[in-house]
Amino acid sequence: MTSHSPTVEEANGTAGADAAPPLFYQTEADHHDHSSGGTMLGFWIYLMSDALIFATLFATYGVLSTSYAGGPAPSQIFDLSLVALNTAMLLISSITCGMAMIAMEQGNVRGTQLWLAITGLFGAAFIGIELYEFAELIHEGATPMRSAFLSGFFTLVGTHGLHVFSGLIWIVVMVIQLGQRGLIIENRRRLMCLSMFWHLLDVVWIGVFTFVYLLGVLR
Amino acid sequence: MFNETVLKTIFGRLSFESFPIHEPILIATFLGVVVIGLGIVGAITKYKLWGYLWTEWFTSVDHKKIGIMYIILGIIMLLRGFADAIMMRAQQAVSFGANEGYLNAHHYDQIFTAHGTIMIFFVAIPLVVGIINYVMPLQIGARDVAFPFLNNFSFWLTVAGAGLVMVSLFVGEFSRGGWLNYVPVANLQNSPDTGPDYYLWALQIAGIGTTLSGINMVVTIIKMRAPGMTMMKLPVFCWTALCSNVLVIAIFPVLTAAFAMLMLDRYVGTNFFTNDLGGNPMMYWNLVWIWGHPEVYVLILPIFGIYSEVTSTFTGKRLFGYSSMVYATVVITILSYLVWLHHFFTMGSGASVNSFFGIATMVISIPTGAKIFNWLFTMYRGQIRFELPMQWVVAFMLTFVVGGMTGVMLAIPPADFVLHNSLFLVAHFHNVIIGGVVFGLFAGIDYWFPKAFGFKLDPFWGRIHFWGWVIGYWVAWTPMYVAGLMGVTRRLRHLDDATLQPLFIIAAIGVAIIAIGIAAFVIQIVVSIINRDKLRVGDDPWNGRTLEWATSSPPPAYNFAFTPVVHDLDAWHDMKERGHQRPTGGYMPIHMPRNTGAGVILSGLAAVLGFAMVWYIWWLAAVSFVAMIGYGIAHTFNYNRDYHISAEEVAETERKNALAGA
Repeated sequence: MTSHSPTVEEANGTAGADAAPPLFYQTEADHHDHSSGGTMLGFWIYLMSDALIFATLFATYGVLSTSYAGGPAPSQIFDLSLVALNTAMLLISSITCGMAMIAMEQGNVRGTQLWLAITGLFGAAFIGIELYEFAELIHEGATPMRSAFLSGFFTLVGTHGLHVFSGLIWIVVMVIQLGQRGLIIENRRRLMCLSMFWHLLDVVWIGVFTFVYLLGVLR
Repeated sequence: MFNETVLKTIFGRLSFESFPIHEPILIATFLGVVVIGLGIVGAITKYKLWGYLWTEWFTSVDHKKIGIMYIILGIIMLLRGFADAIMMRAQQAVSFGANEGYLNAHHYDQIFTAHGTIMIFFVAIPLVVGIINYVMPLQIGARDVAFPFLNNFSFWLTVAGAGLVMVSLFVGEFSRGGWLNYVPVANLQNSPDTGPDYYLWALQIAGIGTTLSGINMVVTIIKMRAPGMTMMKLPVFCWTALCSNVLVIAIFPVLTAAFAMLMLDRYVGTNFFTNDLGGNPMMYWNLVWIWGHPEVYVLILPIFGIYSEVTSTFTGKRLFGYSSMVYATVVITILSYLVWLHHFFTMGSGASVNSFFGIATMVISIPTGAKIFNWLFTMYRGQIRFELPMQWVVAFMLTFVVGGMTGVMLAIPPADFVLHNSLFLVAHFHNVIIGGVVFGLFAGIDYWFPKAFGFKLDPFWGRIHFWGWVIGYWVAWTPMYVAGLMGVTRRLRHLDDATLQPLFIIAAIGVAIIAIGIAAFVIQIVVSIINRDKLRVGDDPWNGRTLEWATSSPPPAYNFAFTPVVHDLDAWHDMKERGHQRPTGGYMPIHMPRNTGAGVILSGLAAVLGFAMVWYIWWLAAVSFVAMIGYGIAHTFNYNRDYHISAEEVAETERKNALAGA
């Protein structure tokens, strides 16, 4: 070995006379921005893992949904008109969440904040109606402790409600951060994640509405 | 009366009776732990290492340091889990006829539960995750994982879970429900004590860490491969790591939900898994095994990857049947999700259901067998160098195949009705876990240690370590196969039939031989550190084939000064063949994530929350929970998370490493 040390060009073979030698090192600056695409994929995978938690709760509810243990059955306690109202609240909040994303694409900070706040209000209304429904049920004696069916029902619906509540906290934090820094790249990324999260809760709710309430009343 | 209420409010159900002062074994252990603990803390304080540990290690987001910390955690917990094993073997060796042994039933039940829980959740998982963390980003030519902070957070959540299990040894008690905390034993009416609560909180906290780590690794492999590295040029270890972490994401949420429902049963009084008011205990069994069976593949798949890397390196050949290896891994990943019911054929789900799960289980042996043949064909006409890692591979193949065949026996439902819950089953899964996972972890540690530290592990103590484990395994578990076939069931503290005693005495001798192996492992590490100058090697001591050997050993914080470009499956081998030279000029600044203490703080709060919930200290639980959420939100207001290593600094580091590696 001579004391001569190779440069990037030589290491890649580009300094040699051979025709089209292979490139072994990336020499220009590190272009691949691994944070944004990776975050969306990572958050999507997280959402799938969350969906699996719901799948587990659905499966357990499915197994236990006729274990009334002499207590109330679904048709006796579910109030479909209340649930319909609640479903409407959540579906509308998904539309307004979409409006927030459109405002973000237009670079409109105020608009994004406003639509997020409206989304939050509909979400809060959803939570309020759900809590009212739970309170009524417990008042009638249909507590989570009464039967396996009710344990499964309260846990499945309650876990969804807890997710919506976390979404509300996230919306508040997001509105503040938008106010502080505007639509910088980090905040756009967070908004995309928030919106995916919110829509997933919608999808899960469609499942709850169909399999728990509609099927429950039919049975 | 007033005093009692105040005490209950402040301390929950924690009282002086919670401390096991009447158990001499625990007192002695406690004193031992205190002495060693004070010694370590004293030494760190004396040499003023706290600041160094905090800034360079605890808060580090460097995947290499996190990997090393995972491995240290795994080794420490291995010692604890192995102590449990020695106690069980000693008890079973003497407890025959009139002799009741030295452990009462209450204590013995906690020991077998803690042994299984610790060995899987806090030994096997941290060691596997640690090796993946260290090696995988280097093999794909990346500078770190996709989410470096999340990686640090995941590690500390695992530590928090391990900490809670350790605390249960001296404050209160651990679960007696077996390593999956089975109901109905773990229901509130049968275990009103703290045992199942410690179990549930420890595993929920650690489990969230494992799930987050799984997401992190999958995104890293999918998004951050070096240019040119298509999926079919991905090193086999990374393929197995990918499949293993996909499984983690697919199964841990099920475990989290199942544990959450058991928590609701115990804390709120719901009736998911109770015996009355419509509850269904077998639902719990189904859910935990939907997690539990794929979990063994979460552990073994990356280990298969380690065997593949070691075999190909030490035979100096490209791996035989790379694509069949990849497809076999993917098939095992999918099938592992479809076999959970074979853990309870005796549930009574009927012949058709049992047949489906029995056949699905047997089918797994086909891709696994293909892997064994691939390794054999790789070795065939290779220039085999019989170094330590390669020895483990051969021991693995001879041992694991037996475990695989007894597994196929257990997959036959009528045979399983006889063998279910017997020591034959226990011997089977120790055969595949020790002969597969543990041997592979040691192969990996011996193989990549010089990568991480720049010097090899001492071969003499390595061989004692090797023979201790291999001989010890066979002496300890062959008699258990025999005892199981003769009808001895598992988890027994006492046996009446004294004619069985010789089998258990042989098993106890076996565990003593394994103890020699473990002692030799610790000595091996200590001796190697002392003699590190003699054992020092270059950057590529084994003539490796994959990209982790393309940088210095140990690698700089940024891994690669220039991102490598990949043209071939064995990228580093290809680069060496075609006479590349590492560039020594033209460096550019490198973009890196900043260290943060948030992971340590959030996990510390999670551990406090778990402890408070176990002991019903509601105010402390509320405070720590609110603090955790509040701190987590505050952390999102920090946008200043990265920095650049200057080109001059990179040049300086590269120059130094080139001198050290030469």
